Amino acid sequence: MDIIYTIWLRNMIRYMRSKSRIIGSISMPLFFLLFLGFGLNSVVNIPGFGENYIQFLIPGMVAMSVLFTSVFSGIQIIWDKQFGFLKETLVAPVTRLEIMLGQTFGGATTAVIQGIMIMVISLFVGLKVQSILGFLIALGFMVLIGISFTAFGIAIASRMEDMTGFQLIMNFVIFPIFGLSGALFPISSLPSWLSPITMFDPLTYGVEGIRYGLTGVSQISPVVSLAVIGGFACAMTVVGTFLFRKISI
Amino acid sequence: MTTAIVVKDLTKRFNDLVAVNHISFEIQQGEIFGLLGPNGAGKTTTLSMLATMQQPTSGFATVQGKDIEKDQDGVRKAIGIVFQDQSLDEELTAAENMDFHGRLYRIPPQIRRERIDELLHLVELHERKNDIVKTFSGGMRRRLEIARGLLHHPSVLFLDEPTLGLDPQTRNHLWQYIAALSKEKNISIILTTHYMEEADRLCDRIAIIDHGTIIALDTPENLKDGIGGDIITITTPEFEKASTILVEPWINRLEIYKEEVRISLQNAEQHISEIITILNQHQITIASVSIHKPTLEDVFLSYTGKKIREEEGDKKEMMRKHLRMRRH
Repeated sequence: MDIIYTIWLRNMIRYMRSKSRIIGSISMPLFFLLFLGFGLNSVVNIPGFGENYIQFLIPGMVAMSVLFTSVFSGIQIIWDKQFGFLKETLVAPVTRLEIMLGQTFGGATTAVIQGIMIMVISLFVGLKVQSILGFLIALGFMVLIGISFTAFGIAIASRMEDMTGFQLIMNFVIFPIFGLSGALFPISSLPSWLSPITMFDPLTYGVEGIRYGLTGVSQISPVVSLAVIGGFACAMTVVGTFLFRKISI
Repeated sequence: MTTAIVVKDLTKRFNDLVAVNHISFEIQQGEIFGLLGPNGAGKTTTLSMLATMQQPTSGFATVQGKDIEKDQDGVRKAIGIVFQDQSLDEELTAAENMDFHGRLYRIPPQIRRERIDELLHLVELHERKNDIVKTFSGGMRRRLEIARGLLHHPSVLFLDEPTLGLDPQTRNHLWQYIAALSKEKNISIILTTHYMEEADRLCDRIAIIDHGTIIALDTPENLKDGIGGDIITITTPEFEKASTILVEPWINRLEIYKEEVRISLQNAEQHISEIITILNQHQITIASVSIHKPTLEDVFLSYTGKKIREEEGDKKEMMRKHLRMRRH
């Protein structure tokens, strides 16, 4: 436990120092929120939300912020590999599981903080938190998304030699996961051949869970969402740990 | 004296390349032991195996009585290591880097703080303890890494090319630290280097290693004495002729290296005029003559027929370098 905390702590210190990273990674979901939200607010009519697209969009943007930050945090292990710091950790008398878990919790924590920032900003553009419980539910889903995708990032980083493949992963894996998740539009509005695909996207359940927490309305039952994203988080942690154990430097 | 490290027939292969080939040696507690050889000779691979970072293909080794394959955690607790490439977190301060290390080795907070202060004083970085490592010079980073490697009081310290890329002044400084450390704390130090001077100044014993094999192992003095006294180097275009006529009882050995005739003998000063007279009698033109006390470079040359720096640029060397980079 103390080792997991140590690695988590290092992640936090680094995060607090990287002002540009903090601002950089909230800017994208923020701009999406403002441009799409205000731009389409009066044009789009979503069942259950009426002519209030921005309300629908906010949970999606919170999820987006958590998703991108956590994948990025996981993949950062490549930098530790390249700058040699990973060696320092790997020759210490600690297990790789501890390192992996510390890194995962560290990444998930920064991702959730980024998500909360978007949530706070959203209060100024129309977010009305229904209840404390609703907020906690949303927070729980954010944590699960954070854990899932940090572990996913670590898994990928364990197999990558350098950052050259990073853009590829972002464009062909992470962006589709985001786009198909129902963060931007209700999944029921997709053509019938496409909607089954969204059901295979784990983020769909994360977004729906956050949406349930923040607005009280969701298309998927929150219990189902919890089961799927919770299961995905566990699976990713196992896969990430497995691949991280085989990392060689 | 107790034995700190035992290495027996240790071998490491990468596909068809034998990086380390059946090496054996023992290191005593408190001893500074050097692995000297050109880049790619297998020094870092040997160190990596002893530090449990790589698995040997065959053979076995113990560090403080702990088997490097069966008791990895035991070995890891006993050793401190300073890698060839930097391994600090540049975004953290000097003290934070130390603290992280102390936590990883589960040193209790109170002791951790005391030791961090003490060690940062030792390496003269105490005034910079709260500065981000990114702002540190190469020498400061090295010193910090050495301090960090000592934080958990290892009984064996591994230094992989500790002064690579440092300026002469910093290098001298570090040598003093390392020598003082091993004396004061009775730490065994195993260091790799391809600097002759470094090995000579620091090490109690040296293993000269080339192409994965130990070709000589002794104290620096014995190694240098072993090649037969002072060295006179004569550069001449007629080096072959010169080598055939220089047959005198006081010549211990004679080698040809490129256009040089290298003669090992005792009391070179007394014989130099004789040598020049003989060469003049045979009308051999002499381009230059020099006398020097034997160095480890001469020892390496006499064992391998080449100088240590020539290895660089060699084809095999390139392949090894390539392999090493891939492993990083």
